[in-house]
Amino acid sequence: MIYLDHNATTPLDRRVFEIMTPYMTERWGNSSSPYRFGNQARIAMEKGRARVAECIGAETGEIVFCASGTEADNLAVRGAAAALRARGNHIVTTSVEHHAVLYTCRALEAEGYRVTYLPVDGDGLVRLEELEKSLTEETILVTVMHANNETGVLQPVGEIARIARERGIVFHSDAVQTAGKLPEKLCGTGADLLSFSAHKFYGPKGVGALYVRKGTPISPRITGGPHEHGLRAGTENVPGIVGLATALSLAVESAAAETERLAGMRDRFEIRVLETIPGSRVNGRGAPRVPNTSNLSFDAVDGESIVLGLDLGGICISTGSACSTGDPEPSHVLLAMGLSPKEAQGSVRVSLGRHTEEKELEAAVDALGRTVARLRAISSIQRPTAPSS
Amino acid sequence: MDNPDEGMEQPDFAGPILFYNEEVIEHFTNPRNVGELPEAETDGYGLVGDPSCGDQMKLWIQVREGRIEKIAFKSFGCPGAIATSSMLTELARGKSIEEARRITDDDVVEALGGIPERKKHCSLLGVMALQAAIQDWESRTPENGGARP
Repeated sequence: MIYLDHNATTPLDRRVFEIMTPYMTERWGNSSSPYRFGNQARIAMEKGRARVAECIGAETGEIVFCASGTEADNLAVRGAAAALRARGNHIVTTSVEHHAVLYTCRALEAEGYRVTYLPVDGDGLVRLEELEKSLTEETILVTVMHANNETGVLQPVGEIARIARERGIVFHSDAVQTAGKLPEKLCGTGADLLSFSAHKFYGPKGVGALYVRKGTPISPRITGGPHEHGLRAGTENVPGIVGLATALSLAVESAAAETERLAGMRDRFEIRVLETIPGSRVNGRGAPRVPNTSNLSFDAVDGESIVLGLDLGGICISTGSACSTGDPEPSHVLLAMGLSPKEAQGSVRVSLGRHTEEKELEAAVDALGRTVARLRAISSIQRPTAPSS
Repeated sequence: MDNPDEGMEQPDFAGPILFYNEEVIEHFTNPRNVGELPEAETDGYGLVGDPSCGDQMKLWIQVREGRIEKIAFKSFGCPGAIATSSMLTELARGKSIEEARRITDDDVVEALGGIPERKKHCSLLGVMALQAAIQDWESRTPENGGARP
């Protein structure tokens, strides 16, 4: 099997697994229990918290653990919106957010908040002028993702954080696709709230975290015990937290070298695709991107058919977000970038990871070429005679 | 207790993929009757699009003595659209016009041994294309004699 869908999930690092295991088998105490056996779990969890804080450039007390990136997004967006309700009711986000933020904003609209969905340019980038124009006295929260899960396009979050700060507006960024992938510390973005998820950086599934800058107004979404500074009730997932912390520090350690290796492989892969497959294009190529992601469009063919064609050859890629599999709607991200519904329908995402090798990408280019050619022979849509790039 | 891990060391490459069964995969991999009929052999032509998902299908028929002698199709769409298009042409080939008219999307799904619920609408595309081609054949031969002079 050739696995090229690392933006969907990544394999658990063996070293992370080894470190997690004792917290399931021997040190299974409740981290809130008052005796030493519980304290053992609590110490491991707090060491993990300190490690995560160090990896992203935060203080230990600024990390809140939860069960997923989606939950972290929900806590950030709903929690800040609720805490700031008295100050205003306007939220600014983008039209290319992950569903975890997009659908949460839509739900908040139903609760009476006003939401602005900023457009993006042809490369998927938010225009800062548009952001500035959208801000009003009523704006309480700006939420813009760090890197897009489908295209890898990096938003100018540093600039956005500065603009928000000047106006006293809370800024959240969904960093699920950047945590552990970039050499820079995440807090350097200047965001007040940052979400991330362990299984995207070779950690376990079922655990995520939210960075909450000290003093940021936020109220819990899950109430109960006093866990996680009162922001997320529920017995902590100690093995998961230990796993997240270990996985993040391992990923951050190798991020500089990995970035260079992956960007080189990804760029060579894209050049081979563009040179050997007529009617192909790379989406978001003109914008800064995370080094592992490539979003490709092929004229006159359907993305799901390409994915199935490659699966039959043992190669895993996806049509975009794993969450939209089965969704007949073309990608909202690509539509927002100005692609026609037909172009968006003919798109796939290839995302590289730690174990990806050059020869796997060469095999993927060959398989893409064969599959696209076969599907075009069946396709009822005439391709334009001049190949686009 | 059953071990949920049993037999899962390797992905099940023989099993269903993307929620499709083997018959659907077979028709996706080796679609029958793909292509276009030349104008001289075409007695009816249908072009339909599925506005719900952007899929599109073209279908050509040659009618001899009230029977579908030749049939050909081209499809733009998901694996479900390609497989159901292919199966539809298999069901219609050799049938009388009256029999072909009665083919439903359920017949296509049944012949394929089922298709995921969210893909059921795909099977309508082929049926609609066939109906459109039959209508075109009728308009070309007002006497409904089928055979060309």
